[in-house]
Amino acid sequence: MAAIELKGLTKVYPGGVKALDSLDLSIPDGEFFALLGPSGCGKTTLLRTIAGLETATGGNVVIGDRDVTGVQPGGRDIAMVFQDYALFPHMDVTENISYPLRIKKVAKAQRQAKAGEVGARLGLEQLMDRRPGQLSGGQQQRVALARVMATQAKAFLFDEPLSNLDARLRLEARTFLKKLQRELGVTTVFVTHDQAEALAMADRMAVMEAGHIRQIGTPSEVFQRPANTFVASFIGSTPMNLLDAVVRGDTLEVAGCEVPVPALAAGLLTDGEKIVYGVRPEYMTYTDEPADGSLSGEVIIVENLGASHLVTLEVAGVLVQAVVPEGREPALGDRGHAVPRGDRALAYRDGELVSA
Amino acid sequence: MTRFVAGRIGVYTLIAVLLAFFTIPLLWLATAPFTSDPSYEVRLPDFTFENFQMIIEHPYALWSLVNSLVLSIGTAVLVVVLSALAAYALSRVRLPGRDALLYALLLLSSIITGTAAMVPLFQLAIELNLIDSHTGLILILSGGLLPAAIFMIKDFMDTTPKSYEESARVFGASPLQIVAHVVVPLVRPGLATIAVWTVANVWGNFLMPYLLLSDVDKQPAAVIMYTLYTEGGQANLKVLSTFGLLYSIPVVIMYLFVSKKYGFRFHGGIKR
Repeated sequence: MAAIELKGLTKVYPGGVKALDSLDLSIPDGEFFALLGPSGCGKTTLLRTIAGLETATGGNVVIGDRDVTGVQPGGRDIAMVFQDYALFPHMDVTENISYPLRIKKVAKAQRQAKAGEVGARLGLEQLMDRRPGQLSGGQQQRVALARVMATQAKAFLFDEPLSNLDARLRLEARTFLKKLQRELGVTTVFVTHDQAEALAMADRMAVMEAGHIRQIGTPSEVFQRPANTFVASFIGSTPMNLLDAVVRGDTLEVAGCEVPVPALAAGLLTDGEKIVYGVRPEYMTYTDEPADGSLSGEVIIVENLGASHLVTLEVAGVLVQAVVPEGREPALGDRGHAVPRGDRALAYRDGELVSA
Repeated sequence: MTRFVAGRIGVYTLIAVLLAFFTIPLLWLATAPFTSDPSYEVRLPDFTFENFQMIIEHPYALWSLVNSLVLSIGTAVLVVVLSALAAYALSRVRLPGRDALLYALLLLSSIITGTAAMVPLFQLAIELNLIDSHTGLILILSGGLLPAAIFMIKDFMDTTPKSYEESARVFGASPLQIVAHVVVPLVRPGLATIAVWTVANVWGNFLMPYLLLSDVDKQPAAVIMYTLYTEGGQANLKVLSTFGLLYSIPVVIMYLFVSKKYGFRFHGGIKR
C-alpha cells in the first residue's frame, strides 16, 4: 500500500508534442482515483509514466516514500491491467495469474497455490486450465485482475479497464471493480474516457485536457461544481446548459429572460458584466405555468431517457435543456418554463467558475 | 449446358496434364529405387532391394546424409536464435535508417552465398582456417540466410501487440525473460517457418559445401550425389534414384512434422 505523488511531471514526445505539462497530483494511500478526459488529453500517457513505461521528461514520480522517476517499471512495485488485458495467449489461466510470481522466482507449487487462491476469489475456479482464447471478455478481465492481485503490488494501474466489455457487462464490472478495490484497499489509478464510469467508481478524480489537469475532486464536487466550462461540458450524461448572460443587479439576463444570480456567485459579480450561466438539465424544474426566474420557450425536442425525459426548449434562439420526470413530459410545440435551482446554478467568468 | 460441360472437361484436362508434369518425376523417384534396371521411364518396379544394398555399401553415401543433417540443423539453430534476437531488437527499437539497413542486408546476403563471392569466401575461409570444417560452412551459410530470416521474423514480431511485453515488463521481467517467456512463444510459428526454410535451403545447397569442403568424409548429400556416376561416366540411375529417395525423405518428414506441430493457430488473449 502506498500513496502516489507526482511533482511537476512533464512528458514531451520526440517531435515536440507536450503530452503532460508540469502536472502535480497526489493520490493518498488506498484511494480509487480516476483520470478522466477526452482522447488525446494525456491521461494514458500519465498512467504509463506512473508505470514507468514512458520516461518522464521532467518532474518526479513518488510511490510510497520512494522516488521512482528513474526506476524501471519492474522495480516500482506496481501492477497494471492493460486495455486489451494482455493475457499471454500461450499460457493457461493458472500460468497467467502466477506469471508475476514466476518472475519473482517463487517455487512452482507455491505459485500455483496462490493462483488458485486468487482465481477462486474472482470466481475463476472452473477456468484455471483454459487459455485466454477460450474465455469471454468478462472472464479475461477477471483473469487480468487476478494477475495484478497476485503481485501484492503497492498500487494498481488500470488502463480503460471496462472499455472492452459490452454495455451490460460494463455496469456489472463497474460495481464489481469498486467492491474489489474497497476490499483490497490498494491504491488504484484508472484511466477512462467515460465520465459516467469515473463518477460511479472513483473516490476522487482528475479531469484532464491537453496535458493539464482541469479539476481534481470527488465525483460530487466535479459534478455539482465544475471548476470551468470544459469540465462542465465534459461531465454529465446530459450536457450542462451553458448560456451567455449579462449581470443586471441581482438578476442575470439570459436569452431575454431574467433569472436570479447563482447562490455561489452572490456578491462576486459586477453590474453589466458578461458571464456564462451554467445549470444542469437535472437541476431545472419544468412547469407548464409561467413562473418567476424561469427560462421560457417553445418545446422543440423531447428525448426519452427511461425514467425521465430530456426536454429541449428554444428560448429566444438559444437551446435550453431540462430533465422532466416520466408522465409529466410536454408535447412538442408547447410553451414551457424551466426554473433553475438557485443553489445548483453556476456562473463562469472567462471560462472559470465564480465562487468565493 | 454443353458449353459448361466442355469448359469443365477442358479445365480438368489441363489440371491433369499439369499434375502429370509434376507427378511423373515423383513416381519415378518412388519406383526406380526398387527396380533392378531403372531407366528414365516410370515402370512398375520388381521390388528389389539391391540398390539400397549398394547405397549401404557405398563408402560415403550414408555419411553424407549425416553430414547434411549436421550442417542443416546447425545452421537452423544458429539462424533461428540469432534472427529472433536481431529481429526483436529491430522490431522494438527505433533506429534511424532501420529499414534501409534491413533492405541493404537483404540485398547483400544474396551475394554472400552466391557465385559472385566464391573466390573471396574461399580465401577468407583459408585465412581463418575454416576450410574443410563444418563450423566454417555453418557460419558462412548462416551469414547468407540470416538477413532474409531476420526480415521474415521481424514481420511476425511487428504484428504482435506490444502490450504483452509491456505487461511482462511491469511485472519485472528482464528483456531476455520477455523474449523467452512471451515473444518466442508468440512468434513460434514464424520461428518454425524459419527453421524449416533454413534446413531446406542448406539441405539443397550444393555450391558452398562443394567449394569449402574438399574432404569427401565431410561432404553433404547434395555434393555426394554429384559423384554418383558409373565407370563409363554415365549417371548411375540405380544408385542415383535410391540415393535421391533417401535424400528427400528427411525433408518430407520435417515438413509433415512441423506443419502438424506448429501449424498456424491463433490463440487470442488480446481483446480487439
